[in-house]
Amino acid sequence: MSIRIFVPRDSAALALGADQVAAALDVQARQRGLDIELVRNGSRGMFWLEPLVEVQTPAGRVAYGPVAPGDVQDLLDAQFQTGAAHRLCLGLTQALTYLRQQERLTFARMGVTDPLSLADYQAHEGFAGLRRALALSPSEIVQQVLDSGLRGRGGAAFPAGIKWKTVAAASSAQKYIVCNADEGDSGTYSDRMAMEGDPFMLIEGMTIAAVATGATQGYIYIRSEYPHAIATMREAIAKASAAGFSGSNILKSGKTFHLEVRKAAGAYVCGEETAMLESIEGKRGVVRAKPPIPALKGLFGQPSVINNVITFASVPIILARGAAYYTDYGVGRSSGTLPFQLTGNIKHGGLIEKAFGITLRQLLFDFGGGSASGRPIKAVQVGGPLGAYVPERYWDVPMDYEAYAAVGVTVGHGGIVVHDDTADLSRLARYAMEFCAIESCGKCTPCRIGSTRGVEVLDRIAAGNNNAKQVELLRDLCDTMLHGSLCALGSMTPNPVLSALNHYPQDFGLAVPVAEIA
Amino acid sequence: MLTESQQQIIQTIVDGKKHLPGGLLPMLHDIQDALGHIPAPALGLIAQELNLSRAEVHGVVTFYHFFRHEPAGKQVVQICRAEACQSMGADKLWEHACSRLNTQGGTTADGAVTLEPVYCLGLCSSSPAMVVDEQLHARVDTVKFDRLVAATGSVA
Ligand SMILES: Cc1cc2nc3c(=O)[nH]c(=O)nc-3n(C[C@H](O)[C@H](O)[C@H](O)COP(=O)(O)O)c2cc1C
Ligand code: SF4
Ligand code: FES
Repeated sequence: MSIRIFVPRDSAALALGADQVAAALDVQARQRGLDIELVRNGSRGMFWLEPLVEVQTPAGRVAYGPVAPGDVQDLLDAQFQTGAAHRLCLGLTQALTYLRQQERLTFARMGVTDPLSLADYQAHEGFAGLRRALALSPSEIVQQVLDSGLRGRGGAAFPAGIKWKTVAAASSAQKYIVCNADEGDSGTYSDRMAMEGDPFMLIEGMTIAAVATGATQGYIYIRSEYPHAIATMREAIAKASAAGFSGSNILKSGKTFHLEVRKAAGAYVCGEETAMLESIEGKRGVVRAKPPIPALKGLFGQPSVINNVITFASVPIILARGAAYYTDYGVGRSSGTLPFQLTGNIKHGGLIEKAFGITLRQLLFDFGGGSASGRPIKAVQVGGPLGAYVPERYWDVPMDYEAYAAVGVTVGHGGIVVHDDTADLSRLARYAMEFCAIESCGKCTPCRIGSTRGVEVLDRIAAGNNNAKQVELLRDLCDTMLHGSLCALGSMTPNPVLSALNHYPQDFGLAVPVAEIA
Repeated sequence: MLTESQQQIIQTIVDGKKHLPGGLLPMLHDIQDALGHIPAPALGLIAQELNLSRAEVHGVVTFYHFFRHEPAGKQVVQICRAEACQSMGADKLWEHACSRLNTQGGTTADGAVTLEPVYCLGLCSSSPAMVVDEQLHARVDTVKFDRLVAATGSVA
């Protein structure tokens, strides 16, 4: 029997040389007459160890990493294919602390399976949710999603079940399921990992949504920066449809759901759901005013379910194991788990799926091991470029939507960007304003013009020109953007700017309030 | 002016995609994939086939950062400048690239390299990140940059 060796195909592993490692393994194993089967799995999400190579042994999978192409010969000399000791050996994968301490529901198969193997997927609970859904009535499926308390994982955290219920109740000859895979936020990649590492999970979730609402056509809008995710999703859709898990006559139920990938074109605002619809319709990605809500008048004017990748990907397990299983995880109105993404200046950056309620401090230190530079962590931006900079005094707040909102922070997509004490928060505030100016769709003045003015004011502050007065002006401007913008790009850009100003006044040439020094 | 072969390529793409709901973006992607950019004269042709005004098509093409109006240099280098990469020195990497290539971004005078910023490649846990001719690279420092970009002989 051949020896199974796993080399990830995740983009981050590829960016660190996984293809070269796989090629070296292939060539050198052949030279040695070793019979190996190379499986290109997804990533386990421990990026400081990528490329993480695993070998199947009778005791379980043994991990080695990070493996450079030049290590392959040495690994083979040491008989790593039998799980032998080596300086890169990390022991049994499942015993690694970083993984063992997680609660992987959505990412349970991540890095374990071959992303494009239907057999592998089904051997790991794949399509159990869809089979269950097909045995239920549409309203029973919707009820399961409502009972699970699942809230949108793309940012706004709106209950998924309510959207589905609205679309299911709407009467129309054509309805759509639209997956938002634009993932434009810095510090987030869980959508990318899900699509590259477990694409059938997303297809299954979207197909369940279609069965629940009566939609027959779906689109996955994927950012152009993710060519590997686009290719993997397209291949997975073709495989799933050919095998009858999607497409026409799904599992002989008589139901139909056709799915198509649409490639975005590098506009951040197209992650906003109505701008995304405009873009899929072939137009400029300009935000639409609501109402009408997309659930009633969405894509091509028809009722549409719009959810994030992780929202859809959370559905199969809810159907397979029941809503109660899911609500056993989490706190308060934040039920289930979230894939937190630990990024930036952090020693052990990676994806950590955990129930809501964990704290930032636990993530930063228990999982992350502190900063990569070894210097003190100064600021942590949570929830993407529109999220606040969080100072240390909030690091013990439990991460749930309400507890975070109470201190002015958004959980968003679960992205966490770490900065050490060399960071200049006035510079990061300027970047936030500039980003808004570049990415504004242009529909409303506070966002379009306000962000440009914001950059100018921040430049004057950096130059030390009459700071107190300029700061007043900046606050006034942020207030106008907050209250006068049509969508969250304009109304949330004040989050990073004001949090930087409030918590790190010294970076703006202002005195630190006495209370803060203590 | 389009060459005859460009004209033919564009026409085939337009014919193949014009009946697709919201087919304009997929069409533009195909044209850029085939020709490396969206030539200005293509806009009129597309507009005519889709029953839009040329201004509308122009409005769409210019709205999206991804579409090129001019061909890129022989080598395309994109450096991520978003927050997670900034926290690990992306600004310094960008400055290094600018001075090595003697440009402030855009295509070098000799047409060898196009240097562009990008805003997140989803490699934020292994930052800073960049793309060289569609290949991803993570944990890039100035030494790695020089190796990757000099490898093709484009650095003077
Ligand atoms: C400027 C802007 C960018 C956004 N980008 C994304 C994105 O990349 N992915 C996403 O799922 N949601 C994004 N959203 C949120 C969407 O508008 C929408 O709330 C979400 O797709 C709904 O799905 P969910 O309920 O499953 O979260 C963005 C919102 C704004 C205002
Ligand atoms: S806030 Fe900005 S991005 Fe949103 S609609 Fe207004 S101009 Fe467009
Ligand atoms: S911020 Fe650079 S890859 Fe995400």
